[in-house]
Amino acid sequence: MGLDFSVIPKYLDIVLLGALWTIAITLGAAIVSFFGGILLAVIALYAHPVVRWPFRVFSFLFLGTPLLLQLFLIYFGLVQIGIDVPAFVAGVIGLGLHFAVYNSELFQASILAVDKGQIEAARTLGLSRMQALRKVVVPQAVRDVIPPIGNNMIALLKDSALVSVIGVSELTLSAQRAIGSTYRPFEFYVLVAAIYYIINLGMEAVLRRVERRIQASK
Amino acid sequence: MSAQKPFIDIRHAKKSFGTLEVLKDINLQVDRGQIVAIIGPSGSGKSTLLRAINDLDPLTGGEIWLEDKQINMDLPHRQYERHINEVRQEIGMVFQHFNLFPHLKVRENVTLAPKMLKGLSDAEANALAEEQLTKVGMIERIDYYPSQLSGGQKQRVAIARALAMKPKVMLFDEATSALDPELVEEVNLVMKQLAEEHMTMIIVTHEMGFAESVCDRVLFMDQGVVVEEGPPEVIFRNPKSERTQNFLRKHLAGQQA
Ligand SMILES: Nc1ncnc2c1ncn2[C@@H]1O[C@H](COP(=O)(O)OP(=O)(O)OP(=O)(O)O)[C@@H](O)[C@H]1O
Ligand SMILES: [Mg+2]
Repeated sequence: MGLDFSVIPKYLDIVLLGALWTIAITLGAAIVSFFGGILLAVIALYAHPVVRWPFRVFSFLFLGTPLLLQLFLIYFGLVQIGIDVPAFVAGVIGLGLHFAVYNSELFQASILAVDKGQIEAARTLGLSRMQALRKVVVPQAVRDVIPPIGNNMIALLKDSALVSVIGVSELTLSAQRAIGSTYRPFEFYVLVAAIYYIINLGMEAVLRRVERRIQASK
Repeated sequence: MSAQKPFIDIRHAKKSFGTLEVLKDINLQVDRGQIVAIIGPSGSGKSTLLRAINDLDPLTGGEIWLEDKQINMDLPHRQYERHINEVRQEIGMVFQHFNLFPHLKVRENVTLAPKMLKGLSDAEANALAEEQLTKVGMIERIDYYPSQLSGGQKQRVAIARALAMKPKVMLFDEATSALDPELVEEVNLVMKQLAEEHMTMIIVTHEMGFAESVCDRVLFMDQGVVVEEGPPEVIFRNPKSERTQNFLRKHLAGQQA
């Protein structure tokens, strides 16, 4: 059986809808991972040990176990204890928290790298430690760490395919469905790979724009 | 000492970093509107003393008072934080390396604290920033980022940022020693202007000429103690202590070299 890309147009809408879900999950999880990462970093660096330790254990578990397992745990585990979250939400939370832990490592390093004089100047004006972190330190730390965070977000896009296992009709799963009815795996997987690649290019373009804007204010 | 209560009153200030004793029983009284210079060799504890006043380097012994409020009061942690944040609003500080916020424009550097801490509206904060930046001659650069300014300009913005909180006291820690020589004067001028407005100031400096022309009193510190203090004409022209004489001689020689 040869290649036949002519089957694609009939299923294109399903695949494109999957692409939209992938973008939505990636975007949602990216936001969770960004702000969650900042929060985890600030907790790791500044919180009282009583708060810090549970979060450290949590981070350790997230880094040390497969993302796939974490998605199962969040989705099926929560259902079992009576919390019925939609698969999409479970996917966003799972992916988001997983990458929040990665981002937190980057944020911690960049927060520590901000000149000590910055927090001193802010505190001297009368800002509390939290106010100084929020308005002075974290914005600078974030600015310095955008490129590696961007790389994490691209990894996040690729890992979003895992969310198919809990039944979110994202790009990979919709391809599988199309393949199920057409028996044309190669054609659809090539198509899907191309779409991932295009989304990836889009993300990189956005990232470069952000970096340029930051550079202008440095 | 005058009968009137001093504006700033430092009593038996002690500070150690681990086993290193950096301040050994320092006493210093400053009246309202007075300008005091602190001079002394590197490592003598000048910065530490200045930074103790707004609790950046908390003392390990002694008391610091601003008017009728003890700055380093003994309070439970949370209450102390609230207390010190209020006290710091009344004490402006200018650093050797400016410490402007690089991610904010000049305007926002000045408005940040008044907006957050005094609840000023955007319009009020802007008016305040314009007023302070005009005063230090930086109004034309209000929409620049710090990275686009010279050292002298940065320091003038830093002074405006501190003044925007309407402090009762201004502390300067070698405000001009990171500057290229030709940029020193513009910062000195701003400080002189503050002196004319009778701002209470404590100025750590290596610029003896400036200290002599602006200050009411000079303290010479060495190895954590105040060796000698008095009016500038005495300290600079007729110091009693041999240590002061040596320091000034070396300093003068260093400047000419
Ligand atoms: N955070 C710190 N930890 C340990 N030692 C410190 C700390 N800060 C200052 N010191 C030490 O305290 C002493 C006094 O330092 P300080 O900065 O007050 O001196 P200074 O008179 O301001 O000197 P300079 O003219 O070089 O600025 C020095 O020996 C210094 O190494
Ligand atoms: Mg110093």
